[in-house]
Parts: sequence; structure tokens; C-alpha cells
Amino acid sequence: MDDRVAAAMTRAFRDERGAVLATLIRRVGDFQLAEDAVQDAFADAVAAWPRDGVPANPGAWIMVAARRRAVDRLRRDRSLADRAERLAELIRLDREEGPPMNEDSAVADDQLRLIFTCCHPALDLHARVALTLRTLGGLTTGEIARGFLVSEPTMGKRIVRAKRKIADAHIPYRIPADEELPDRLNGVLRVVYLIFNEGYSATEGERLVRGELCSQAIRLGRLLCELMPDDAEVWGLLSLMLLHDARRSARIDARGGYVTLDDQDRSLWDQSLIRQGLEALVRALRLRRPGQYQLQAAITALHIQASDAEATDWRQIADLYGTLAGLSPSPVVELNRATAVGFADGPEAGLELLRPLLGDPALERYQPLHAAHAELLRRAGDLAGAAEAYGQAIALSANDVERAELERRLRTLPAV
Amino acid sequence: MSQYMLLLYSTDPTLEEREERWTEMPLWREVTESLRESGLLVSNGALNRVDTATTLRVRDGEVELTDGPFAVTKEVLAGYYVLECADLDEALKHAARLPSARYGSVEVRPIIGLSGDTDPR
Repeated sequence: MDDRVAAAMTRAFRDERGAVLATLIRRVGDFQLAEDAVQDAFADAVAAWPRDGVPANPGAWIMVAARRRAVDRLRRDRSLADRAERLAELIRLDREEGPPMNEDSAVADDQLRLIFTCCHPALDLHARVALTLRTLGGLTTGEIARGFLVSEPTMGKRIVRAKRKIADAHIPYRIPADEELPDRLNGVLRVVYLIFNEGYSATEGERLVRGELCSQAIRLGRLLCELMPDDAEVWGLLSLMLLHDARRSARIDARGGYVTLDDQDRSLWDQSLIRQGLEALVRALRLRRPGQYQLQAAITALHIQASDAEATDWRQIADLYGTLAGLSPSPVVELNRATAVGFADGPEAGLELLRPLLGDPALERYQPLHAAHAELLRRAGDLAGAAEAYGQAIALSANDVERAELERRLRTLPAV
Repeated sequence: MSQYMLLLYSTDPTLEEREERWTEMPLWREVTESLRESGLLVSNGALNRVDTATTLRVRDGEVELTDGPFAVTKEVLAGYYVLECADLDEALKHAARLPSARYGSVEVRPIIGLSGDTDPR
């Protein structure tokens, strides 16, 4: 196969597979059958394209081939009860001349159906993630298994089980009704963000394997923006992922340690990704429907736009955390809010917000809480308190570089 | 359309809770009647106390009986509904209307159709 054919094949697999699969699932009403037929169609392409040349519209070629393969498979498979019905439908479609008028919007709807089915809350969360990457991302089971650090057979079983449940429990293949849509869309965004975070939190050694998860999550984020351009949170999530991803290579230093935002080498930031992230944020804010992803993206944007820690607009960041705490309260949000308030209104105000968290037994071993507490106490002039809090943070630290930094700060405290 | 069995799990009530749950009877009747009227209800029933249960297993051709439910957990099977629904979403929607979903749990299981369209693995 020459390079041109190989490149066309790779591109078709990456760009067209998800859409073809989504449409075929609706037409044959069976996940596994559709997936097998699409697989067959790509095998057909491997044989045909080097011989006959790359077709003018590779996506349409794959679609037609997959439909024929589905018909073949339906003819052979006698175990399906409504086989005759499905066959008749497929054969009718195959005879249709040219694509229907509204093909583009039909394809978009099919992709949304597939996303909502893969992210259905009746499926186990891990299975949702795996199925989404498998069917929409086109990743192999082996790639997904490596991304999530589990064995390939385990991941394979997870995916097979999820597909079987979709078929047996009749999980519907449709875009949820209006009254369910916000909740269900939230679930989809959660799956996408989870995929991103798995990749983003990867350590240096794992980055080659797991970095792919970030790119996949961003691809899914872009696809959702294309499919649901009027939803503010969809843009908010894309913005958040892009703004984080832009700083991916500056987060880890030469020794493999984690570098905090303030200490990052800003020349390593990807300016093109930052620009795209800010554009997505503007689109989100213009829709005037605030949500947690937009707020997090806005906070990240403020950090990025400041030339250093001193120049950061802490007042606005503190307010955004306040709104976020009202929308989706969590100890992590409260902690960040206390830190921001500590810069905006002085350390005493920050300590005031930290107090309830320090009394919570569930957070006793939460290292960032003690590190933030120590910083605020130091700035408030309570040096003995700060030394004690640094000690707690150091004892709880699981990361050498982070521990060294905390120890340095403890040493540089003025003597009490 | 597929049939779904809604298995209602909850803890055996204390005396106090029993009184409280009695006051919910109109709610149960309301949900049941609305399911019947919309033609979704195939059958339903409340189960007797869990200590009236007998569990049966056949192992190597021998019938083994155990006094009590299959698994010893705090929540026990307290009742069931069989509904005829278009898909899982519809079944889940109705399961969420049942009063005991709030203090117990409802397991929704598809029933294998006679047409053989569902692989019984």
C-alpha cells in the first residue's frame, strides 16, 4: 500500500469510523453487529483502495460497504428474532439512490445518540468511559486498557458486558427528552472530563501511553461543541480542557516533579491552545448559562492571563470560586476559595474560610489543606502555627519534589 | 416493548417505621393505579416477611433447601412489579416513582422474552 492510500485509510478510520458506526447502529439496532460490519468494511477498504484507488468520498464508501456487510451478517445470523424486519430495512436503504437530503443533521443526531447510549447512567462508570473511547474514539481495547492501567482481558470483559447490557436491558438508542437532557448531558461531560483527567494526571513515565487520553477527550469535547453548539457547559468543558492541556509540558520539570502554576516556565505554554481555549470560553459565556465547567475555565483563564502570582486578579478568582461553591460545593472548591480570598482580602479572611474544613475529620489527611493552612498562617504572622501545619503537610506528602518544596518553606520561616 | 421486573428491596421495618410506612399506602395505590391505567402493569405483589422464605438450590442432582433468603443482607426483597415498557429508561422512570425507592432500593431487571430475542447469558 503506498503512503497516500495508507494516509487516507488512517484518516478515514480516525474521522469517519465513529459517524459510520453511529448511523449503522441505529439502522441495524444492534451494537455488536454494527461494530463487526464496520470492521469488515475497513478490511474491505484495505483490499480495494490500493487496487482501485482511494474513493472520492471515503466516508460514504465505508458506509456503503458497512451496510452491505451488515446485510451479509444478518443473513447468516439466525438467532435474531426481528432479523427479517432489519434485513428488509437495510436492503431498502441500500437501494436508495444517493444520500437523503438531510444527511448531515441525521449523521449528527446519530452521533449524539451513540454518545448518550455509551454514557447511559445504567452502565457502570468505568464501562461508560471504555465504551465511549472504543466506539467514538476508535481506540482498541488494548489501547484503552493501557490508558487505564488494567489488563487487556479485564478491559475486554468490561466492554463486552456493557454492550450486552445495552442489548439485553434495551437501553434506548436516542437523544434524551428535553426534561432529562440537562442531567444526561452532565453525565456525558463527566465521562469526557474523567477521560481527560486520567490522561492529565499521568506521571512522566506513563505520559506517552496516557497522554492520548487527553487528546481523545479534547476531540470528544470538540465533537460535542459541533453537535450541541447552544449548550454553554459543552463549550465550558472544551475551554477548560484546552487551557489545562496548553500547560501540559510545563507541569512536569526535568526531574519528573510537579511544578505549580506560579513556578511554571510560561514559554513552554502552547499559545495556540490557550487562544482556542479562550475562544471557547467566550462562546460559552455569551450563552449566559453559567455552570461549573465554565467557572473552572474562567478561573484557569485568569491565572493564565496574569503575568505572575502578584499580578493575578485574586478578587475575581475568589468571587468565581464563591459562585462555584454555590453551584457544586466540595472541600476542594472551598479550599481553593480560601486561598484566593487569602490573597484578595488578606490571610485572616482566608483562615476564616478554612476553619470549617480543618474541623472536618474526613479531611484530616488531605495534604493540600495543611499546605494551604501553613501558607495562610505564615502570611498572617503566626509562625509557630505555620511550622506545625508545614510539619503535617510534609508528613502527608506522597511526592518527593513537593515534600522538598514544603521543607524549604519550613526552613525559611523566620525563627519564632 | 419488553417486560421488566422491578424488585423492591428495603430493610425490615422497626415498629416505628412500620407505622410510618403504613401512612404511605395511598402513595402506593396511586402509583399502582396509574401504572395499571396506562397499561404498563403486568402484575405486582408484596412479599411476606423474609423469615418465611425458603431458598432452593440443586447441586449434583440433590435438592438443597435453606431456611431464609439467598443472601443475608440488611435489605430484603419486599415486593415486585412486572411492567411492560418500551425501554430501560421508561422502566427506570417508573421505578423511581415507587415510595420505597427513597429508603430502600429497586432493582430493575429485564425479563427474557419468549421470542428469544434476548440471549440468556
